[in-house]
Amino acid sequence: MRSLNFIKTRFFSSPIDAFLTLSISYLIYLTIPPFINWVLIDATFYGETKKDCIDGGACWVFIKIWFTKLLYGLYPSEEIWRINFAFAILIISIVIYKYLNQKLKKYLFLFLVIPFPIFSLVLFSGGVFGLSPVDTREWGGLFLTLVISIFAIIFCFPIGILLAMGRRSNLPVIKYFSIGFIEFWRGVPLITVLFMAGVMFPLLLPSGTNLDKLVRVIIAITLFEAAYMAEVVRGGLQAVGRGQYDASKAIGMGYWKSHIFIILPQALKLVIPGIANTFIALFKDTPLVFVVGLLEILGMVNLAKTNPYWLGMATEGYVFVAFVYWIFCFAMSRYSLSIEKKLKITN
Amino acid sequence: MENIIQLRSVNKWFGEFHVLKDINFSVSEKEKVVICGPSGSGKSTLIRCINRLEEHQKGSIIVDGMTLDENTKNISAIRSEVGMVFQQFNLFPHLSILENCTLAQIWVKKKTKNESEKLAMDYLRKVQIDDQALKFPGQLSGGQQQRAAIARALCMEPKIMLFDEPTSALDPEMIKEVLDVMVDLAKGGMTMCVVTHEMGFAKEVADRVVFMDEGNIVEEKKTSDFFENPENERTKLFLSQIL
Repeated sequence: MRSLNFIKTRFFSSPIDAFLTLSISYLIYLTIPPFINWVLIDATFYGETKKDCIDGGACWVFIKIWFTKLLYGLYPSEEIWRINFAFAILIISIVIYKYLNQKLKKYLFLFLVIPFPIFSLVLFSGGVFGLSPVDTREWGGLFLTLVISIFAIIFCFPIGILLAMGRRSNLPVIKYFSIGFIEFWRGVPLITVLFMAGVMFPLLLPSGTNLDKLVRVIIAITLFEAAYMAEVVRGGLQAVGRGQYDASKAIGMGYWKSHIFIILPQALKLVIPGIANTFIALFKDTPLVFVVGLLEILGMVNLAKTNPYWLGMATEGYVFVAFVYWIFCFAMSRYSLSIEKKLKITN
Repeated sequence: MENIIQLRSVNKWFGEFHVLKDINFSVSEKEKVVICGPSGSGKSTLIRCINRLEEHQKGSIIVDGMTLDENTKNISAIRSEVGMVFQQFNLFPHLSILENCTLAQIWVKKKTKNESEKLAMDYLRKVQIDDQALKFPGQLSGGQQQRAAIARALCMEPKIMLFDEPTSALDPEMIKEVLDVMVDLAKGGMTMCVVTHEMGFAKEVADRVVFMDEGNIVEEKKTSDFFENPENERTKLFLSQIL
Protein backbone atom coordinates (compact mmCIF):
# COMPACT_ATOMS: atom_id res chain seq x y z
CA MET A 1 0.00 0.00 0.00
CA ARG A 2 2.77 2.40 0.92
CA SER A 3 4.63 1.88 -2.31
CA LEU A 4 1.39 2.38 -4.22
CA ASN A 5 0.90 5.64 -2.39
CA PHE A 6 4.50 6.59 -3.15
CA ILE A 7 3.96 6.00 -6.86
CA LYS A 8 0.74 7.96 -6.78
CA THR A 9 2.24 11.04 -5.08
CA ARG A 10 5.49 11.05 -6.99
CA PHE A 11 4.31 10.21 -10.49
CA PHE A 12 0.58 10.83 -10.74
CA SER A 13 -0.15 13.72 -8.42
CA SER A 14 -1.79 15.80 -11.16
CA PRO A 15 -3.07 15.22 -14.72
CA ILE A 16 0.06 16.90 -16.14
CA ASP A 17 2.32 14.69 -13.99
CA ALA A 18 0.43 11.60 -15.13
CA PHE A 19 0.76 12.65 -18.76
CA LEU A 20 4.52 13.27 -18.37
CA THR A 21 5.04 9.97 -16.57
CA LEU A 22 3.21 8.02 -19.23
CA SER A 23 4.87 9.68 -22.18
CA ILE A 24 8.36 9.34 -20.71
CA SER A 25 7.68 5.67 -19.93
CA TYR A 26 6.64 5.19 -23.53
CA LEU A 27 9.82 6.90 -24.76
CA ILE A 28 11.93 4.65 -22.55
CA TYR A 29 10.03 1.64 -23.86
CA LEU A 30 10.69 2.75 -27.42
CA THR A 31 14.43 3.32 -27.02
CA ILE A 32 16.00 1.27 -24.24
CA PRO A 33 14.92 -2.32 -25.08
CA PRO A 34 16.01 -2.07 -28.75
CA PHE A 35 19.32 -0.58 -27.62
CA ILE A 36 19.91 -3.42 -25.14
CA ASN A 37 18.93 -5.90 -27.83
CA TRP A 38 21.44 -4.37 -30.18
CA VAL A 39 24.27 -4.05 -27.64
CA LEU A 40 23.87 -7.39 -25.87
CA ILE A 41 21.16 -9.82 -26.86
CA ASP A 42 21.46 -9.80 -30.66
CA ALA A 43 25.16 -8.88 -30.61
CA THR A 44 27.95 -11.06 -31.92
CA PHE A 45 30.95 -11.56 -29.65
CA TYR A 46 32.67 -14.52 -31.24
CA GLY A 47 34.29 -14.73 -34.64
CA GLU A 48 37.11 -13.38 -36.70
CA THR A 49 35.59 -11.49 -39.61
CA LYS A 50 32.62 -9.31 -40.49
CA LYS A 51 30.92 -12.37 -41.97
CA ASP A 52 30.54 -13.90 -38.50
CA CYS A 53 28.15 -11.11 -37.56
CA ILE A 54 24.81 -12.52 -38.70
CA ASP A 55 22.53 -11.90 -35.70
CA GLY A 56 21.57 -8.35 -36.66
CA GLY A 57 22.92 -6.79 -33.45
CA ALA A 58 26.19 -5.07 -32.74
CA CYS A 59 29.27 -6.65 -34.26
CA TRP A 60 31.68 -6.55 -31.33
CA VAL A 61 34.03 -8.77 -33.33
CA PHE A 62 35.10 -5.55 -35.00
CA ILE A 63 36.22 -4.07 -31.67
CA LYS A 64 37.83 -7.36 -30.67
CA ILE A 65 39.92 -7.64 -33.81
CA TRP A 66 40.92 -3.96 -33.75
CA PHE A 67 41.29 -3.78 -29.98
CA THR A 68 45.09 -3.59 -29.90
CA LYS A 69 45.07 -0.87 -32.55
CA LEU A 70 42.41 1.10 -30.68
CA LEU A 71 44.52 0.98 -27.52
CA TYR A 72 48.00 1.47 -28.92
CA GLY A 73 47.59 2.82 -32.45
CA LEU A 74 50.32 1.74 -34.82
CA TYR A 75 52.87 1.26 -32.04
CA PRO A 76 55.05 -1.78 -32.97
CA SER A 77 53.43 -4.78 -31.31
CA GLU A 78 56.69 -6.19 -29.93
CA GLU A 79 57.30 -2.86 -28.12
CA ILE A 80 53.86 -2.52 -26.56
CA TRP A 81 55.23 -3.80 -23.24
CA ARG A 82 56.81 -0.35 -22.75
CA ILE A 83 53.42 1.31 -22.73
CA ASN A 84 51.95 -1.38 -20.49
CA PHE A 85 54.90 -1.06 -18.13
CA ALA A 86 54.57 2.72 -17.76
CA PHE A 87 50.81 2.62 -17.27
CA ALA A 88 51.16 -0.27 -14.82
CA ILE A 89 53.46 1.91 -12.70
CA LEU A 90 50.96 4.75 -12.94
CA ILE A 91 47.99 2.59 -11.94
CA ILE A 92 49.86 0.88 -9.09
CA SER A 93 51.00 4.28 -7.78
CA ILE A 94 47.45 5.59 -7.82
CA VAL A 95 46.13 2.49 -6.05
CA ILE A 96 48.73 2.49 -3.26
CA TYR A 97 48.62 6.30 -2.91
CA LYS A 98 45.80 6.42 -0.38
CA TYR A 99 47.45 3.84 1.88
CA LEU A 100 50.62 5.93 2.34
CA ASN A 101 51.40 8.41 5.10
CA GLN A 102 51.66 12.15 4.40
CA LYS A 103 55.38 12.19 3.77
CA LEU A 104 55.42 9.25 1.35
CA LYS A 105 52.36 10.70 -0.39
CA LYS A 106 54.30 13.87 -1.05
CA TYR A 107 57.25 11.95 -2.49
CA LEU A 108 55.04 9.74 -4.63
CA PHE A 109 53.17 12.78 -5.92
CA LEU A 110 56.41 14.55 -6.83
CA PHE A 111 57.65 11.37 -8.52
CA LEU A 112 54.48 11.12 -10.57
CA VAL A 113 54.53 14.76 -11.62
CA ILE A 114 58.20 15.27 -12.48
CA PRO A 115 60.48 12.24 -13.08
CA PHE A 116 57.80 9.77 -14.10
CA PRO A 117 56.50 11.68 -17.16
CA ILE A 118 60.07 12.21 -18.38
CA PHE A 119 60.90 8.55 -17.82
CA SER A 120 57.74 7.50 -19.66
CA LEU A 121 58.46 9.75 -22.62
CA VAL A 122 61.97 8.34 -22.93
CA LEU A 123 60.61 4.82 -22.64
CA PHE A 124 57.89 5.41 -25.26
CA SER A 125 60.12 7.09 -27.81
CA GLY A 126 63.16 4.86 -27.27
CA GLY A 127 66.46 5.42 -29.02
CA VAL A 128 68.42 5.11 -25.77
CA PHE A 129 69.48 2.26 -23.46
CA GLY A 130 69.17 -0.21 -26.33
CA LEU A 131 65.46 0.57 -26.86
CA SER A 132 64.62 0.81 -30.52
CA PRO A 133 63.27 4.23 -31.46
CA VAL A 134 59.54 4.55 -32.08
CA ASP A 135 58.51 7.59 -34.08
CA THR A 136 55.61 9.56 -32.59
CA ARG A 137 53.77 9.06 -35.90
CA GLU A 138 53.27 5.47 -34.79
CA TRP A 139 51.75 6.49 -31.45
CA GLY A 140 48.00 6.29 -31.43
CA GLY A 141 44.79 5.01 -29.95
CA LEU A 142 43.83 5.38 -26.31
CA PHE A 143 47.55 5.49 -25.49
CA LEU A 144 47.90 8.73 -27.47
CA THR A 145 44.72 10.13 -25.93
CA LEU A 146 46.18 9.56 -22.47
CA VAL A 147 49.66 10.87 -23.33
CA ILE A 148 48.25 14.10 -24.75
CA SER A 149 45.73 14.69 -21.98
CA ILE A 150 47.99 13.74 -19.06
CA PHE A 151 50.82 15.97 -20.25
CA ALA A 152 48.49 18.82 -21.09
CA ILE A 153 46.82 18.52 -17.68
CA ILE A 154 50.13 18.45 -15.80
CA PHE A 155 51.42 21.54 -17.62
CA CYS A 156 48.27 23.60 -18.04
CA PHE A 157 47.48 23.60 -14.33
CA PRO A 158 50.57 25.47 -13.04
CA ILE A 159 50.65 27.73 -16.10
CA GLY A 160 47.00 28.56 -15.53
CA ILE A 161 47.69 29.40 -11.88
CA LEU A 162 50.58 31.69 -12.83
CA LEU A 163 48.45 33.42 -15.46
CA ALA A 164 45.63 33.93 -12.97
CA MET A 165 48.06 35.46 -10.47
CA GLY A 166 49.62 37.49 -13.27
CA ARG A 167 46.27 38.91 -14.28
CA ARG A 168 45.76 40.17 -10.72
CA SER A 169 49.29 41.51 -10.45
CA ASN A 170 50.08 45.16 -9.75
CA LEU A 171 52.94 45.06 -12.22
CA PRO A 172 51.55 46.37 -15.51
CA VAL A 173 53.84 44.35 -17.79
CA ILE A 174 52.90 41.04 -16.15
CA LYS A 175 49.27 42.03 -15.87
CA TYR A 176 48.80 43.02 -19.49
CA PHE A 177 50.85 40.10 -20.75
CA SER A 178 48.57 37.74 -18.83
CA ILE A 179 45.40 39.43 -20.03
CA GLY A 180 46.67 39.39 -23.61
CA PHE A 181 47.69 35.75 -23.41
CA ILE A 182 44.42 34.61 -21.86
CA GLU A 183 42.22 36.58 -24.21
CA PHE A 184 44.17 35.46 -27.28
CA TRP A 185 43.97 31.74 -26.50
CA ARG A 186 40.38 31.90 -25.35
CA GLY A 187 39.42 33.72 -28.51
CA VAL A 188 40.63 31.19 -31.06
CA PRO A 189 39.11 27.75 -31.74
CA LEU A 190 41.23 24.77 -30.69
CA ILE A 191 41.06 23.25 -34.14
CA THR A 192 42.72 26.37 -35.60
CA VAL A 193 45.39 26.28 -32.90
CA LEU A 194 46.14 22.63 -33.65
CA PHE A 195 46.25 23.28 -37.36
CA MET A 196 48.70 26.14 -36.82
CA ALA A 197 50.82 24.02 -34.49
CA GLY A 198 50.86 21.07 -36.84
CA VAL A 199 51.06 22.61 -40.28
CA MET A 200 51.92 26.31 -40.17
CA PHE A 201 54.38 26.45 -37.30
CA PRO A 202 57.11 24.32 -38.97
CA LEU A 203 57.06 26.74 -41.94
CA LEU A 204 57.92 29.60 -39.60
CA LEU A 205 60.87 27.77 -38.04
CA PRO A 206 64.30 28.18 -39.57
CA SER A 207 64.99 25.21 -41.83
CA GLY A 208 66.84 22.37 -40.14
CA THR A 209 65.20 22.89 -36.76
CA ASN A 210 62.62 20.27 -36.03
CA LEU A 211 60.21 20.04 -33.15
CA ASP A 212 58.23 16.83 -33.03
CA LYS A 213 54.66 17.20 -34.17
CA LEU A 214 53.28 15.54 -31.05
CA VAL A 215 55.27 17.93 -28.85
CA ARG A 216 53.92 20.90 -30.79
CA VAL A 217 50.39 19.58 -30.40
CA ILE A 218 50.80 19.03 -26.64
CA ILE A 219 52.21 22.55 -26.24
CA ALA A 220 49.31 23.98 -28.23
CA ILE A 221 46.67 22.17 -26.17
CA THR A 222 48.50 23.07 -22.94
CA LEU A 223 48.55 26.79 -23.71
CA PHE A 224 44.96 26.72 -24.93
CA GLU A 225 43.67 25.00 -21.79
CA ALA A 226 45.94 27.08 -19.53
CA ALA A 227 43.99 30.15 -20.58
CA TYR A 228 40.73 28.53 -19.46
CA MET A 229 42.36 27.25 -16.28
CA ALA A 230 43.60 30.76 -15.53
CA GLU A 231 40.09 32.16 -15.54
CA VAL A 232 38.80 29.34 -13.34
CA VAL A 233 41.59 29.91 -10.82
CA ARG A 234 41.09 33.68 -10.97
CA GLY A 235 37.51 33.12 -9.87
CA GLY A 236 38.86 31.32 -6.82
CA LEU A 237 41.44 33.99 -6.07
CA GLN A 238 38.73 36.65 -6.12
CA ALA A 239 36.65 34.68 -3.65
CA VAL A 240 39.40 34.64 -1.00
CA GLY A 241 38.80 37.55 1.34
CA ARG A 242 41.10 40.53 1.55
CA GLY A 243 41.59 39.77 5.24
CA GLN A 244 43.55 36.65 4.32
CA TYR A 245 45.99 38.74 2.29
CA ASP A 246 46.26 41.25 5.15
CA ALA A 247 46.86 38.55 7.74
CA SER A 248 49.53 36.75 5.73
CA LYS A 249 51.31 40.03 4.99
CA ALA A 250 51.09 41.03 8.64
CA ILE A 251 52.96 37.92 9.79
CA GLY A 252 55.74 38.72 7.34
CA MET A 253 54.89 36.42 4.43
CA GLY A 254 55.83 37.80 1.03
CA TYR A 255 53.88 37.51 -2.23
CA TRP A 256 54.93 33.95 -3.12
CA LYS A 257 54.73 32.51 0.38
CA SER A 258 51.32 34.08 0.93
CA HIS A 259 50.04 32.62 -2.29
CA ILE A 260 51.53 29.17 -1.88
CA PHE A 261 50.52 28.60 1.73
CA ILE A 262 47.49 30.80 2.31
CA ILE A 263 45.73 32.06 -0.79
CA LEU A 264 46.03 29.28 -3.37
CA PRO A 265 45.02 26.38 -1.09
CA GLN A 266 41.81 28.23 -0.32
CA ALA A 267 41.22 29.52 -3.85
CA LEU A 268 41.80 26.17 -5.54
CA LYS A 269 39.53 24.39 -3.09
CA LEU A 270 36.72 26.75 -4.04
CA VAL A 271 37.07 26.04 -7.75
CA ILE A 272 37.57 22.26 -7.77
CA PRO A 273 34.38 21.77 -9.84
CA GLY A 274 35.64 24.28 -12.40
CA ILE A 275 39.08 22.67 -12.52
CA ALA A 276 37.54 19.22 -13.04
CA ASN A 277 35.35 20.72 -15.76
CA THR A 278 38.38 22.09 -17.58
CA PHE A 279 40.26 18.78 -17.32
CA ILE A 280 37.27 16.83 -18.63
CA ALA A 281 36.83 19.29 -21.49
CA LEU A 282 40.53 18.96 -22.29
CA PHE A 283 40.25 15.18 -22.36
CA LYS A 284 37.30 15.34 -24.70
CA ASP A 285 39.06 17.84 -26.98
CA THR A 286 41.89 15.41 -27.79
CA PRO A 287 40.17 13.79 -30.84
CA LEU A 288 40.72 17.10 -32.62
CA VAL A 289 44.37 16.17 -33.09
CA PHE A 290 43.19 14.31 -36.22
CA VAL A 291 43.58 17.62 -38.09
CA VAL A 292 47.33 17.20 -37.93
CA GLY A 293 47.19 13.49 -38.73
CA LEU A 294 47.52 12.09 -35.21
CA LEU A 295 45.10 9.26 -34.57
CA GLU A 296 43.97 8.84 -31.00
CA ILE A 297 41.23 6.35 -30.14
CA LEU A 298 38.49 8.05 -32.16
CA GLY A 299 40.91 8.57 -35.03
CA MET A 300 41.73 4.86 -34.98
CA VAL A 301 38.02 4.01 -35.20
CA ASN A 302 37.69 6.31 -38.18
CA LEU A 303 40.65 4.54 -39.74
CA ALA A 304 39.32 1.05 -38.95
CA LYS A 305 35.83 1.67 -40.31
CA THR A 306 37.27 2.58 -43.70
CA ASN A 307 39.09 -0.74 -43.92
CA PRO A 308 37.53 -2.60 -46.91
CA TYR A 309 36.93 -5.73 -44.82
CA TRP A 310 35.17 -3.81 -42.08
CA LEU A 311 33.00 -1.27 -43.88
CA GLY A 312 29.80 -0.31 -42.08
CA MET A 313 31.14 -0.74 -38.55
CA ALA A 314 31.00 2.96 -37.65
CA THR A 315 28.21 2.61 -35.08
CA GLU A 316 29.99 -0.11 -33.08
CA GLY A 317 33.17 1.94 -33.15
CA TYR A 318 31.52 5.15 -31.98
CA VAL A 319 29.53 3.44 -29.25
CA PHE A 320 32.72 1.82 -27.99
CA VAL A 321 34.65 5.11 -28.06
CA ALA A 322 31.79 6.91 -26.33
CA PHE A 323 31.86 4.25 -23.63
CA VAL A 324 35.64 4.56 -23.14
CA TYR A 325 35.43 8.37 -22.97
CA TRP A 326 32.55 8.18 -20.56
CA ILE A 327 34.48 5.85 -18.24
CA PHE A 328 37.42 8.24 -18.03
CA CYS A 329 35.34 11.39 -17.71
CA PHE A 330 33.07 9.86 -15.11
CA ALA A 331 36.12 8.70 -13.15
CA MET A 332 37.54 12.24 -13.21
CA SER A 333 34.22 13.66 -12.12
CA ARG A 334 33.92 11.21 -9.20
CA TYR A 335 37.53 11.84 -8.21
CA SER A 336 36.99 15.58 -8.04
CA LEU A 337 33.86 15.02 -5.96
CA SER A 338 35.79 12.85 -3.51
CA ILE A 339 38.50 15.50 -3.14
CA GLU A 340 35.81 18.11 -2.52
CA LYS A 341 34.27 15.95 0.18
CA LYS A 342 37.60 15.25 1.83
CA LEU A 343 38.47 18.94 1.98
CA LYS A 344 35.07 19.77 3.38
CA ILE A 345 35.64 17.42 6.31
CA THR A 346 38.96 19.00 7.32
CA ASN A 347 37.31 22.40 7.31
CA MET B 1 62.14 57.41 26.26
CA GLU B 2 62.89 56.65 22.66
CA ASN B 3 60.08 56.55 20.14
CA ILE B 4 59.69 53.11 18.60
CA ILE B 5 57.00 54.41 16.25
CA GLN B 6 57.34 57.88 14.78
CA LEU B 7 54.94 59.42 12.26
CA ARG B 8 55.73 62.87 10.88
CA SER B 9 53.09 64.82 8.93
CA VAL B 10 51.69 61.67 7.35
CA ASN B 11 49.09 62.13 4.64
CA LYS B 12 47.08 59.52 2.87
CA TRP B 13 44.38 59.60 0.24
CA PHE B 14 42.02 56.90 -0.97
CA GLY B 15 41.45 58.34 -4.44
CA GLU B 16 39.97 61.79 -3.75
CA PHE B 17 39.24 61.03 -0.13
CA HIS B 18 41.78 62.49 2.28
CA VAL B 19 41.90 59.83 5.05
CA LEU B 20 44.89 60.97 7.05
CA LYS B 21 45.59 64.69 7.27
CA ASP B 22 49.05 65.65 8.37
CA ILE B 23 49.25 63.15 11.22
CA ASN B 24 52.01 63.50 13.80
CA PHE B 25 52.02 60.59 16.16
CA SER B 26 54.58 58.69 18.15
CA VAL B 27 54.71 55.77 20.52
CA SER B 28 57.59 55.12 22.88
CA GLU B 29 58.82 51.70 23.85
CA LYS B 30 56.50 49.72 26.15
CA GLU B 31 53.86 52.42 25.86
CA LYS B 32 50.21 51.48 25.42
CA VAL B 33 48.18 53.83 23.27
CA VAL B 34 44.47 53.55 22.64
CA ILE B 35 43.12 55.20 19.50
CA CYS B 36 39.43 55.95 19.41
CA GLY B 37 37.06 57.97 17.33
CA PRO B 38 33.95 57.67 15.19
CA SER B 39 33.96 55.26 12.27
CA GLY B 40 35.57 56.66 9.15
CA SER B 41 37.88 58.85 11.20
CA GLY B 42 40.98 57.11 9.84
CA LYS B 43 42.05 55.27 12.98
CA SER B 44 42.24 51.84 11.33
CA THR B 45 44.07 53.31 8.35
CA LEU B 46 46.53 54.93 10.74
CA ILE B 47 47.58 51.69 12.37
CA ARG B 48 47.51 49.82 9.05
CA CYS B 49 50.10 52.33 7.85
CA ILE B 50 52.40 51.34 10.70
CA ASN B 51 53.01 47.87 9.22
CA ARG B 52 52.43 49.15 5.70
CA LEU B 53 49.28 47.24 4.93
CA GLU B 54 48.39 50.71 3.63
CA GLU B 55 50.91 52.97 1.93
CA HIS B 56 51.05 56.63 2.91
CA GLN B 57 51.63 59.21 0.22
CA LYS B 58 53.29 62.04 2.13
CA GLY B 59 55.30 62.34 5.31
CA SER B 60 57.52 59.80 7.01
CA ILE B 61 56.90 56.75 9.19
CA ILE B 62 59.78 55.29 11.17
CA VAL B 63 59.27 52.03 13.02
CA ASP B 64 62.07 50.77 15.25
CA GLY B 65 64.60 52.87 13.37
CA MET B 66 63.49 51.70 9.93
CA THR B 67 61.85 54.09 7.50
CA LEU B 68 58.77 52.79 5.67
CA ASP B 69 59.03 53.45 1.95
CA GLU B 70 59.10 51.53 -1.34
CA ASN B 71 62.06 49.47 -0.15
CA THR B 72 60.60 45.94 -0.03
CA LYS B 73 63.27 44.36 2.11
CA ASN B 74 62.67 46.88 4.81
CA ILE B 75 58.96 46.09 4.83
CA SER B 76 59.25 42.39 5.55
CA ALA B 77 61.74 43.24 8.33
CA ILE B 78 59.24 45.64 9.85
CA ARG B 79 56.31 43.26 9.48
CA SER B 80 58.14 40.56 11.39
CA GLU B 81 58.57 42.99 14.30
CA VAL B 82 55.03 44.29 14.28
CA GLY B 83 52.22 41.90 15.13
CA MET B 84 48.68 42.69 14.09
CA VAL B 85 45.28 41.53 15.28
CA PHE B 86 42.27 42.17 13.07
CA GLN B 87 38.61 42.83 13.71
CA GLN B 88 37.62 39.76 11.69
CA PHE B 89 40.38 37.54 13.22
CA ASN B 90 41.56 36.53 9.72
CA LEU B 91 42.76 33.13 10.83
CA PHE B 92 43.65 30.83 7.95
CA PRO B 93 40.59 28.57 7.72
CA HIS B 94 42.35 25.70 5.94
CA LEU B 95 44.98 25.29 8.67
CA SER B 96 44.65 24.07 12.24
CA ILE B 97 45.13 26.58 15.06
CA LEU B 98 48.60 25.17 15.68
CA GLU B 99 49.52 25.44 11.99
CA ASN B 100 48.21 29.00 11.95
CA CYS B 101 50.76 29.74 14.66
CA THR B 102 53.71 27.83 13.19
CA LEU B 103 53.44 28.68 9.47
CA ALA B 104 55.24 32.02 9.55
CA GLN B 105 57.74 30.84 12.14
CA ILE B 106 58.78 28.05 9.77
CA TRP B 107 58.70 29.96 6.49
CA VAL B 108 59.61 33.48 7.56
CA LYS B 109 61.80 32.93 10.60
CA LYS B 110 63.20 29.63 9.26
CA LYS B 111 62.69 27.77 12.51
CA THR B 112 62.34 24.01 12.73
CA LYS B 113 58.92 22.46 13.06
CA ASN B 114 59.62 21.32 16.63
CA GLU B 115 60.89 24.70 17.81
CA SER B 116 57.96 26.53 16.28
CA GLU B 117 55.38 24.10 17.67
CA LYS B 118 56.85 24.45 21.13
CA LEU B 119 56.68 28.25 21.02
CA ALA B 120 53.19 28.11 19.52
CA MET B 121 51.96 25.86 22.33
CA ASP B 122 53.48 28.24 24.89
CA TYR B 123 51.53 31.17 23.49
CA LEU B 124 48.37 29.13 23.01
CA ARG B 125 48.63 28.17 26.68
CA LYS B 126 49.06 31.83 27.56
CA VAL B 127 45.80 32.70 25.80
CA GLN B 128 44.23 29.54 27.25
CA ILE B 129 43.33 27.67 24.10
CA ASP B 130 46.14 25.11 24.05
CA ASP B 131 43.45 22.41 24.26
CA GLN B 132 42.06 23.62 20.91
CA ALA B 133 45.40 23.56 19.07
CA LEU B 134 44.50 20.81 16.62
CA LYS B 135 41.07 22.16 15.73
CA PHE B 136 40.33 24.32 12.72
CA PRO B 137 39.31 27.98 13.10
CA GLY B 138 35.75 27.24 12.00
CA GLN B 139 35.28 24.93 15.00
CA LEU B 140 36.08 27.67 17.54
CA SER B 141 33.95 30.43 19.04
CA GLY B 142 34.66 34.03 18.07
CA GLY B 143 36.44 34.75 21.33
CA GLN B 144 38.62 31.66 20.96
CA GLN B 145 39.42 32.59 17.37
CA GLN B 146 40.50 36.07 18.35
CA ARG B 147 42.69 34.70 21.13
CA ALA B 148 44.22 32.29 18.59
CA ALA B 149 44.86 35.25 16.29
CA ILE B 150 46.65 37.04 19.14
CA ALA B 151 48.75 33.93 19.76
CA ARG B 152 49.57 33.72 16.06
CA ALA B 153 50.84 37.29 16.08
CA LEU B 154 52.83 36.74 19.29
CA CYS B 155 54.54 33.69 17.83
CA MET B 156 56.55 36.03 15.62
CA GLU B 157 57.84 37.57 18.87
CA PRO B 158 57.05 41.11 17.78
CA LYS B 159 58.24 44.25 19.54
CA ILE B 160 54.98 46.03 18.82
CA MET B 161 51.41 44.78 18.70
CA LEU B 162 48.71 46.54 16.70
CA PHE B 163 45.06 45.81 17.42
CA ASP B 164 42.42 46.89 14.90
CA GLU B 165 39.09 46.85 16.77
CA PRO B 166 39.81 43.38 18.16
CA THR B 167 36.49 43.03 19.99
CA SER B 168 34.07 44.72 17.58
CA ALA B 169 33.07 41.52 15.81
CA LEU B 170 32.54 39.53 19.01
CA ASP B 171 29.40 38.63 20.92
CA PRO B 172 29.25 40.65 24.16
CA GLU B 173 29.95 37.65 26.42
CA MET B 174 33.18 36.92 24.56
CA ILE B 175 34.64 40.41 24.71
CA LYS B 176 35.98 39.97 28.21
CA GLU B 177 38.06 36.87 27.49
CA VAL B 178 39.83 38.69 24.68
CA LEU B 179 40.33 41.88 26.69
CA ASP B 180 41.76 39.81 29.57
CA VAL B 181 44.41 38.42 27.24
CA MET B 182 45.20 41.93 26.04
CA VAL B 183 45.47 43.24 29.60
CA ASP B 184 47.90 40.43 30.44
CA LEU B 185 49.91 41.27 27.39
CA ALA B 186 50.01 44.95 28.36
CA LYS B 187 51.15 44.10 31.87
CA GLY B 188 53.92 41.98 30.36
CA GLY B 189 55.41 45.13 28.89
CA MET B 190 54.41 44.91 25.22
CA THR B 191 54.29 48.09 23.15
CA MET B 192 50.68 48.31 22.01
CA CYS B 193 48.54 50.44 19.69
CA VAL B 194 44.91 49.57 20.10
CA VAL B 195 42.03 50.88 18.05
CA THR B 196 38.99 50.18 20.20
CA HIS B 197 35.80 51.54 21.65
CA GLU B 198 36.31 49.63 24.90
CA MET B 199 36.82 52.58 27.21
CA GLY B 200 37.08 50.29 30.22
CA PHE B 201 40.13 48.69 28.64
CA ALA B 202 41.56 52.15 27.84
CA LYS B 203 41.16 53.28 31.45
CA GLU B 204 42.75 50.12 32.77
CA VAL B 205 45.86 49.79 30.63
CA ALA B 206 46.39 52.77 28.33
CA ASP B 207 49.12 55.29 29.06
CA ARG B 208 47.69 57.64 26.51
CA VAL B 209 44.47 58.01 24.54
CA VAL B 210 44.27 59.50 21.07
CA PHE B 211 40.99 60.75 19.67
CA MET B 212 40.66 61.00 15.91
CA ASP B 213 38.00 62.59 13.75
CA GLU B 214 37.86 63.12 9.98
CA GLY B 215 41.49 62.19 9.47
CA ASN B 216 42.87 64.45 12.19
CA ILE B 217 44.17 63.72 15.65
CA VAL B 218 41.80 65.96 17.58
CA GLU B 219 42.98 65.29 21.08
CA GLU B 220 45.85 63.34 22.59
CA LYS B 221 46.27 63.08 26.37
CA LYS B 222 47.35 60.95 29.27
CA THR B 223 44.55 58.52 30.00
CA SER B 224 43.30 60.10 33.21
CA ASP B 225 43.35 63.60 31.70
CA PHE B 226 41.57 62.37 28.60
CA PHE B 227 38.61 61.04 30.52
CA GLU B 228 38.51 63.73 33.20
CA ASN B 229 39.34 66.89 31.29
CA PRO B 230 38.62 66.50 27.60
CA GLU B 231 39.05 69.91 25.96
CA ASN B 232 37.76 69.52 22.44
CA GLU B 233 33.98 69.71 21.90
CA ARG B 234 34.09 66.78 19.50
CA THR B 235 35.84 64.62 22.11
CA LYS B 236 33.34 65.57 24.77
CA LEU B 237 30.45 64.66 22.50
CA PHE B 238 32.06 61.32 21.62
CA LEU B 239 32.75 60.47 25.25
CA SER B 240 29.22 61.39 26.31
CA GLN B 241 27.83 59.03 23.68
CA ILE B 242 30.12 56.14 24.38
CA LEU B 243 30.43 56.12 28.17
